[in-house]
Formats: sequence, C-alpha cells, structure tokens
Amino acid sequence: MNLPANNLAIKRISASAEPATPGIREMPEIAKLVDISRCIGCKACEIACKEWNDLKVEPTYNFGSYQSHVDLSPDTWLLMRFNELEIDGNLNWFITKDACLHCEEPGCLYACPAEGAIVQYENGIVDFNQENCIGCQYCVAGCPFDIPRFSKETRRVYKCNMCIDRVEAGLEPACVKTCPTNAIAYGTKDDMLALADQKLTILNNRGFAKAAIYDPEGVGGTHMMYVVPHGDHLPDYGLPEKPVAQQGAMAALAVFKRIGAYMFGAGILATALHYLAVGPESPDSDNGGG
Amino acid sequence: MKLSRRGLFKLTAATGAAGFISTLGFDLREAHAASRQLKISSAREYKTICPYCAVGCGTIAYVHGDGGLNTVPSIVHMEGDPDNPINGGTLCPKGASQMSLAISPRLRKKPMYRAPRATEWQEVSWDFAMDRLAKRFKESRDRTFVEKDSRGRTVNRCDGIGWVGSATVTNEDAYLIVKTMRAMGLIYIDHQARI
Amino acid sequence: MTNHWKDIKNTDVILVMGANPAENHPCGFKWAIEARDGRGAKLVTIDPRFTRTAAVSDQFMQIRPGTDIAVLGGFVNHIIRNGLFHDDYVKLHTNATFIVGTGFGFEDGLFSGFDEASNQYDQKTWEYERGADGYVKRDYTLSDPRCVFQLLKKHFSRYTPEMVARIAGCTEDKFLEIAKTICSTGTADRVGTIMYAVGWTMHTTGSQNIRNAAILQLLLGNIGRPGGGINAMRGHANVQGATDHAIVAGILPGYLKVPNPSQTSLQAHLEDSTPEPLVPDTVNYWKNYPKFMISLFKAWFGDHATAENDFAYHYLAKPPGDATWLSIWDAAYQGKLEGFITLGFNPLLAGPDINRLFKAMSRLKWMVVIDPFMLDSAEFWKAPGMDPTEIDTEVIYLPATHWVERDGSFTNSGRWAQWKEKVIDPPLGVKSDTWILSELFWRVKELYEKEGGAFSDPIRHLTWNYINPREPTLEELAKEINGFDLKSGKLLSSFGQLKDDGSTISGNWLYSGSFTEQGNMMARHGTADPTGMGMHHDWAWNWPLNRRILYNRASADKEGRPWDATRPGIQWTGKEWVGDVPDYGKTTPPDKAGAFIMTEEGVARIFNPSPFFPMKDGPFPEHYEPVESPTANALHEKVPNSPAVHYYDGVEETLARNTKDYPYACTIYRVVEREHFVTSNVPYLVEAMPDFFVEIPEELAREKGIENGKRARVWSKRGSVEGVAMVTKRIQPLKVNGEIAYTIGIPVHWGFVGINQGAMANLLTPFIGDVNTRCPEFKAFLVNIEKV
Repeated sequence: MNLPANNLAIKRISASAEPATPGIREMPEIAKLVDISRCIGCKACEIACKEWNDLKVEPTYNFGSYQSHVDLSPDTWLLMRFNELEIDGNLNWFITKDACLHCEEPGCLYACPAEGAIVQYENGIVDFNQENCIGCQYCVAGCPFDIPRFSKETRRVYKCNMCIDRVEAGLEPACVKTCPTNAIAYGTKDDMLALADQKLTILNNRGFAKAAIYDPEGVGGTHMMYVVPHGDHLPDYGLPEKPVAQQGAMAALAVFKRIGAYMFGAGILATALHYLAVGPESPDSDNGGG
Repeated sequence: MKLSRRGLFKLTAATGAAGFISTLGFDLREAHAASRQLKISSAREYKTICPYCAVGCGTIAYVHGDGGLNTVPSIVHMEGDPDNPINGGTLCPKGASQMSLAISPRLRKKPMYRAPRATEWQEVSWDFAMDRLAKRFKESRDRTFVEKDSRGRTVNRCDGIGWVGSATVTNEDAYLIVKTMRAMGLIYIDHQARI
Repeated sequence: MTNHWKDIKNTDVILVMGANPAENHPCGFKWAIEARDGRGAKLVTIDPRFTRTAAVSDQFMQIRPGTDIAVLGGFVNHIIRNGLFHDDYVKLHTNATFIVGTGFGFEDGLFSGFDEASNQYDQKTWEYERGADGYVKRDYTLSDPRCVFQLLKKHFSRYTPEMVARIAGCTEDKFLEIAKTICSTGTADRVGTIMYAVGWTMHTTGSQNIRNAAILQLLLGNIGRPGGGINAMRGHANVQGATDHAIVAGILPGYLKVPNPSQTSLQAHLEDSTPEPLVPDTVNYWKNYPKFMISLFKAWFGDHATAENDFAYHYLAKPPGDATWLSIWDAAYQGKLEGFITLGFNPLLAGPDINRLFKAMSRLKWMVVIDPFMLDSAEFWKAPGMDPTEIDTEVIYLPATHWVERDGSFTNSGRWAQWKEKVIDPPLGVKSDTWILSELFWRVKELYEKEGGAFSDPIRHLTWNYINPREPTLEELAKEINGFDLKSGKLLSSFGQLKDDGSTISGNWLYSGSFTEQGNMMARHGTADPTGMGMHHDWAWNWPLNRRILYNRASADKEGRPWDATRPGIQWTGKEWVGDVPDYGKTTPPDKAGAFIMTEEGVARIFNPSPFFPMKDGPFPEHYEPVESPTANALHEKVPNSPAVHYYDGVEETLARNTKDYPYACTIYRVVEREHFVTSNVPYLVEAMPDFFVEIPEELAREKGIENGKRARVWSKRGSVEGVAMVTKRIQPLKVNGEIAYTIGIPVHWGFVGINQGAMANLLTPFIGDVNTRCPEFKAFLVNIEKV
C-alpha cells in the first residue's frame, strides 16, 4: 500500500525549531468516541490492539480483579481498568478503556527533546516514531494522562498510535473495529461530537442526569473522547478532572535541545536531561503488569 | 536525526508537496510520516465463522501467498466480517485473537499412543493408530453387543462403547458422526449441549 | 432461539436471566444494547452475581442460585393478579382455554400421578378433558375452574412477592420494581424478549425453568413476534447444529426419536411418535413424522431399507433407558463401558465431579481422543495425583484439523447455518474429522467382512456413495442432509416434498432446503434488509425453510394483522402471508388453523400434558431447591427437591445434605476472556485472564479473614480447589428464609494441560442432573471456604 504521503500530513513535530507550516490541504480531524455506558469490559479492544500491532504477550497474574494487567506497558498500549463502587446505594462497575487520548495539545510532544520522535498528524493522531526516540522519557513526564511507557529492553517509549497504518489505509483502528457493543465509535471529530451529544441525550433519558462528554479543554480537546454516565465521578473512571498540557519550559528549550542533540550525541544528552527531569531510574519504574 | 528506511521510502515517494525544509534539507513532514505497511494490504481474503460461541460471527482470514504451487500460504491476520449482519465486523476478545488459535504452535501433528500402565506417550503412525482403534472398537462391540433384550425384543445395540462430541464440528461432520455411530449400534452418544 | 440475534434490537424489554451475554456472547449482546439505546428498551438482569451484563443493565436483581422458578413464578402471579396478560393473544394462541381432566391435581409439592417407588409420574392424570366429538373442551371465557388459565392462576397464587423474596433472597420492593418492567409487555404495542443460557438449564429443574419462561412469554403475548421470543444463547460454535443433527442420546437428526425396546416394529414406533390432532382445524405438523423417519432410513441404508424390512428399522439400536452424558459416565464408572471416543471435546474437565470421572476413565479399556490440541482428558493418566502405572486404559490421541482447514457450516443460536470457506490446508500429518471417521468406518467394516462378528448388517449396508469414500467432501454430506428425490435425482427444496414410501431421502428433514438445485443456500452473502427488521433472508440460511422467527403466525391477530404494525412478523394480505417466511401455510387463511402448527393442540402449551413431548416432572413448573441447597423449601418442606430426580448408584453419599459442613451456595461459569478449555492454548487470552480465582462476597471474606488478591480454598463433599481470592461487592449476602446466605462464584476454565495451569472447578460439582434432560446441576451446589 503506497498512499500519497500527504494522507498523513504532519501538524507538529517534536523538538523542531520551525513551527509547523500549514499544508495546502485541509484535512478533517478524526476521533474515537468511547461510550462507557455501552462498554462491557470484555477486553476485545485490548486484545485486538495487541494482535494488530503484534505486541508481545506479557506474563500477568490475577491480583484480585478482572483487570488483566496492573498497568500499561510498552507491550500493552490499551488496558481496561475495573473499579467497583456504590453510588447512592447502587452498585456500579466502572470499566474504562485506558489508552492514549491523542490530545490536540500533546504534552508528550511538547516535552520531547528528540526531533521527530513524536509527531502529530493533521488528523489529530499523535504518533511515536521509535527510530528517533532517545529514550529520555520526557514524554512520560509531559503526559497528563500517564500513558507513554518506557521499554528497558529497547530503551524507547511506546504508546497507542491509533493504528495509524490502518487509518492511513482508510480503515478504522483495530479497537474500534472489534468492539462488540459499539461502545467505541470512530469518524471525524465533528461527527463524533455530534454523536456524543446524541449519546448524552440517551443517557439523560435513561436517568443519568450527570452524564458528560470528556474532551478536556486543558489539552485542547482529545482525539479519543469519552461519554461518561456519571460525569461527577471522573476520577473513579481514572479520568483526570483538569488535565493540562505543559508546554512552557520544554517548548522554549526546543531549539537548544535539538542543536544540542546534534552536537553531543543524543545518548549523552538524553541521560543528562532524563536525570534532571525524572530523577534516577528506580528498579520498578517500568514494571507494568505482573 | 536518523532517517529510517521506511522514512526514506516515504521521502522518495513524496511528490512535490509544499513543505518546509529542515536543517538537514529534508521535508520533515514527509520524513516523519512513517507508519508501517498495512500488513493485510496484499493478502487474500477468506470468509469463515468464529469457532468459539454460537453467535456465529463472520470473520475474514487474511492469507499471504498467492496460491502458487510452491508456496505454503499463511494466515497473517483475522478480523470481523463487516458484511455479516450478525456481528457487523465486531469480534469479542476470543474472536479477536482467533488467529492465535488457528495457527498455534501448540497444535499437534502426530498421533500418540499410550499403552496400558505406560508412563509416557509414544509417537505412532496413522496406520498404527487407526488399525489399533478399529480392532479395539470391533472387539468391544462384539463383546458388548445385545441383539435381544431379556424379554426377547430385538434391540441390536452396542452397550460397551461411548462417543462424545462435538459441538465444535461442522454440521456435515456432525451428521456423518451420527450416521456412522448409529449404524455401529452405539447408544451412548452425546455432545456438549448438556454441559 | 425462537428468534435470532439481530432481532433482539426490535424489543422493548430484555430479560437476561440464567445467562451472562456480555460475558459469553458479546457480539450478540450488541443487539440488546442497540435496543436499549436505539429504542429505549429496558435491559434487566437477574443473576446470582453482578456480572458484566449487569454493569450495563438498567435494572439488576441478585438472587440465590437455583431459585429461578420462584422468581419467574412470581412474575406469572404478578401478571395474573394484576390483569397484565395479553388477553386476545392468550385466548387465540395458547391452551389457556383448554379444559383439563378431573384427574389433575397438585398438593404439598407433588403433582397427581406420582409413584414413590419409581420416583416417576404417570402423566395420564394430566390429560385434557375431551368432548363428545373427541376433541378437547375449551372455555373462551377462561372462567372454568378446570381450564388451564384457572389452574395456572391457582398454581402460581402461592408465588407472592413475599414468597419470592423469602426463597430467592431479593427484597419484595426490588422484586416488584423488576416485575413492573418485565410484566409491562402484555399489550399489542409492546413486546419483550428473554435471553437465557445454561444458567437456566444446568439445574435439576432446568427444563422447567425454560417452561416457566415460555409461560411468562405466552401470557404476555411475546412468542412469535419480532422483538420477542425465548432465546437460548448457545455456547459452542455449532452446538445448535450438532444437536439438530443429533449427536445426542435419545434423538435422531431433526429431533426424530430414538426407538425404544417396546417399539418392536416400525409401525409401533411411528404410532408412538406421531401425534393425533386434539382440536379441529389444526395443522399438527408432526403428523409427517413417518415421512421424515423413512427418508432418514433411506438416506442411511439405501436399497437395504425397504417396505418389506420395515425400512431397516431394526438396524437402529434400542437403548434400555437414558444414555445421556451422566449415564455414559455412570456406565464407565460402573465398569460397563469398554471404549470411549471423544472428538472436539475435553470431557474430563467438563465434569461434573471430576474425581469420579478420573475413576471412570481409569476403568475404561481404551479411549480415543481426537482434537487439534493435546487435552487434559487425553492425559488423565498423568494428571497430578494419578499413578500411571496403576492405570490400564489404553489411550490413542489423534490430531485433527480445525475450523480454518475445512469448509462446512456452523449453525448459530439463531438457527442460521453459515457456510465457511476453507482458509488453509492442514499441516502435514493432520487429518480431518471426516477422514478419521471414514477410516474408522472402513476399517471396522473390513474387519467385519473378513472376520464376521456381532450383527454387522447396518455397518455393511450403510450407504457411502461418496466420490472419495475415504474422505467425503462436506458438500456431498450437505446435499445428503438436504435430501433428494430418488426418482428425479434432484435435490429437494423443502421438507414438504418428503414422502413415506421410500422415494425420497433426507439425512435431516429440518435442513431440507439448505442445499437445493439453486446451490448451497448456507453460503449466501446477500446483505439486503428491505424491511429494516434485521431479517436478512438472503444471508446464509436457517432452519426451518429460512424462517427467521419461529411461530411467527402468532405475531398476528385473528384476522392476520400484526399486533404491532410497526414491527410486523408476517401479515395476511387477503390472499397470502407476507413478511418473514410464514410458520403457517403461505396461502392458508388466518382462521383456518392454529398458529402453533407443531403442536397437536394448534396453540402453545401453558400447561403441558403432551405424551409426545412430555415433561417428566409436571405439566406446570414448581420451585424445588437444588439437590444441594442451603435452606428449606419454603413452599413445601417435605418435598424440598424435585421428586423425579434420578440418583445414580453411589451418588447419594457424595451429596451434601446439610449446611453444617457446607454452608455456602456455589455456582460456576465462564468469563469472556476464555471459552471453556481450548483458550488455554491462546497466549493473548491467558494474558487477559491469567489465573483461576474465587469470587467471594466482602462480608464473608471478612468473616473468614480472606484478603483480596490472596489465596482461598473452596471445597465441596467431592473435591477441593484453591486459587486467588477476588473479594467483591458484586456478590451481596442475601436474606433467605430469614437467614443470611452467601454465594461463592468460580470460573471453569482451568486444567493441568495448557499454557498455564489452575484448579478445575468441576472437582466440586455434583453428579446429578435435570429430571428431563439430565443436564448436570453445575449452577447450584454447596461448598465451604477458608483462607489459605
């Protein structure tokens, strides 16, 4: 498959001095919409993600939950998180799809010192380009949703790329395609926002007065949005109430970082910056899952 | 900056898109648009049905190899059949991982035999296995066959052999199982319907 | 299923009970969610656990395992007391109007006709009362005290909300809240559906659970209608097809009956199996039984089946009694079974009472296991704790192909037979089921031809006209199943063409029409849905005759108008029926016959006295406690359990009959990440749900000092298992008969051969089965628990 390259026109590039120049085409933004009220927590998306992306099987163990892994990892880009709680005397089983939200203002990209390691396409997908990754993990610190995971093995960072290879070919991401209850929808961001409004009405009619759309402003909106039945319980779903993309200091350093990388070699700089930003690596810092 | 092979490919394939030039003289927006090749792009498609529960989800198996005589085709991916009105392309976690079942390295390829009181299997030929099975089958059938019951009624049944399975075979094999085993006179015949 | 998966989107109320479709049928469950969000349908789940289905339901009620009839009976009582039934439907389409004879009664937990010596009912006392014309008397006012409606009212009057709460452990308020939703569809403009699975069948009262659901749906007028019905969700890809084709003790393909020893001639068998109409103007379709049976004999024995030899009637075995799953294991346990062949199945882990099955397997002379994967069953002799040097059983393992390596059809829960393409060749050294079966047949046949032996006519005379007799193609078999006219040599297009004179053959009359002169109907991929009702008649093919909704004549009123014009099943134009393929004569006027063409009554049975399709444990359902129950039967203490349950020799001492040592109810089930045992070969699925676990209510865990994520041991009178403790709010303590009752839940997926190992849930389960089907009581038994 060799689609015209502009199919993936780039909006932003990490550690690039130049601002992204607008292309000649106007490309619609795409988005996924996760309707938590339709999600049965079956993990089809989790497995379709691993299967499509040829991700490695990790050893897991049951830690007293239906949840498969304790946490995301370089080999698990999507994790269904399970949480039992009572609201007004009624039992609820909150099940949330935890994966990259593809922020419009991507904190990971802003934080990244390696040119081209993180790119954002015009369609809104934020993709990690491991060839260019220097393993510094600034992106991990920069992400307000705690998504990117560092691999000790390859010394690079990984996360969901919204099946960019599928999207490029005009297919929906694997998690969307497989979802048995149509809890994950996919289309243009405008269409997904309209769908989200319809879903909100359905939920209101079903008695969920506090139902809400999760498309947080602090990160400029996201390209994976949620419809949340209990909008007053965001943290219980594992969704930060006010996530913010930190772009100040890192963005200002961008030019310096890039020049520095060429001058001193990516590895040395990465280590130094990593130490400054994250501190010494602790043995269990990437111990995702068991 | 390290330019990957696929990045270079993208770069050379790019055709005059307006862009900005990086310090190294490349169009970065093209160079970084580096998604991997769609793994099903040149695969042949076959329509099958998910082997797990009885929803009957349509599944497409994507196969590499053009069917030429010298190639062993391999399944590279399986996902839902969007045309199927039952599942509309969706699959549950089991269905989504059915390729791992279809081409599992755990699939067996050799008949095995365990003699009475043996502590291990031994590998045997199909001929040995089928011969042994047919002999034991006939011995047991002959030994336990009842032509007339205690009241003198014709019953023509084999009381000494049981057959179970399967809810996972096709209708056609299910039919052949019943046709064959009923002809043999078996009465103990059942499958997973009860369990 | 009376209906089919996509039809569920047309409903107003969904009752999920005895099932967990989000977990076990996720892609079918989408249509329930679609109804919920698309039409504002109410989704209600009733279960011993708050499941993943419950998590997306509008209403949930937790009950104690094995109390489904109490709850369903409570709904029946609620409907009748509050006049919520669909009056026109009930009078037109059910036997509510039928008068039952004076012999029928019910007292202290027993129906009339019970014989204590044999633990069996004489069903004669349940017969209808006949008029002078020989037909059953009817009372369309439903007021005769002996009409079915009045008997029903009386029978279920005991199932008050208070009684339901006492038995099932829910609160009266909760029950009434749920009843209000479930019983809201007894009108022409509303319809409700039921989704159930083995959570209903795996009880000693399993068949009556389903009967009770049928009664509920008939009262509400929900059978035969789009968006209605009783929908059994089946658990293996072709469990429906394997049942239709009768890899089942007791039946032959197409639900024909296995003859019994007292039927000493074909005539006797046909007379016993062919019902007479009970009312005038009824189709009584089973009157065609002889055509189906004789066409089957012709398919199997060809020219050797003639009118002179009763169409080879005596080629078929006549079993002395039950020969189903438990009886097979019992025969092995008693040392009566010499050989055992299992194909596509892991029978050891399937249970119940695996310790008993280990003994049974060890007593076999030989066993053959045919499967693509190595199985626990094949390696029982080297299971942990077994000493192979003590086990005489000879075992042969044969690696077989699996689904992508063959074409052929699977029939789903909705009765749709879908033909699949062959994807790849099998690896070298692997043989197909068809090859293995043919090879076994030929080798046995050749031995008989060479050596002689026990009655071998049926083997030597079995029709085997396949191009490659050592491996018939599945198309050849599909055509044989469909059937031919022997004179013209043409494939049949309908079972209506079958004859009882030996001039037609059909391997399974129900599948006539699946492979016609027009081609393989099961391989069709037309996606059109002109009505928007989701029927998709051009996609694949379903039995019978591509009729997507069974009993669809009942979707219309007396004049043939749909009860709900926005959701028509079929409708009468004045000349013919249009819509779905009619379950009725295409041009038969609506008033010419009863809607339920398969019953001798022409209507649906609320009360079932039929000797042709008998219920061995009563014409009405009644709540009986599971054989292992934590409490007394609140309705009749002296008859706690179903009186007609069969106890195999030596089983009684393996049952816990008191709650002192085994105080807690336990139930077993699947989780979505796994399917029984085969998924223990799939790395991604093992990763997604790695370990055996035990679900424990928080309160009980606290009492026992068990912590979440640590380990617990659970044991029954038969065995013990140990695994990760999952302490949860999703199973609440219930108040049953005035006392606190706990339920423990255990998934079924682990064994000792697989990517990872885990405890076998069926070490715990009791060797006891449903009165009618002998489906084991996996879903309710007693255990104890401790922290490890």
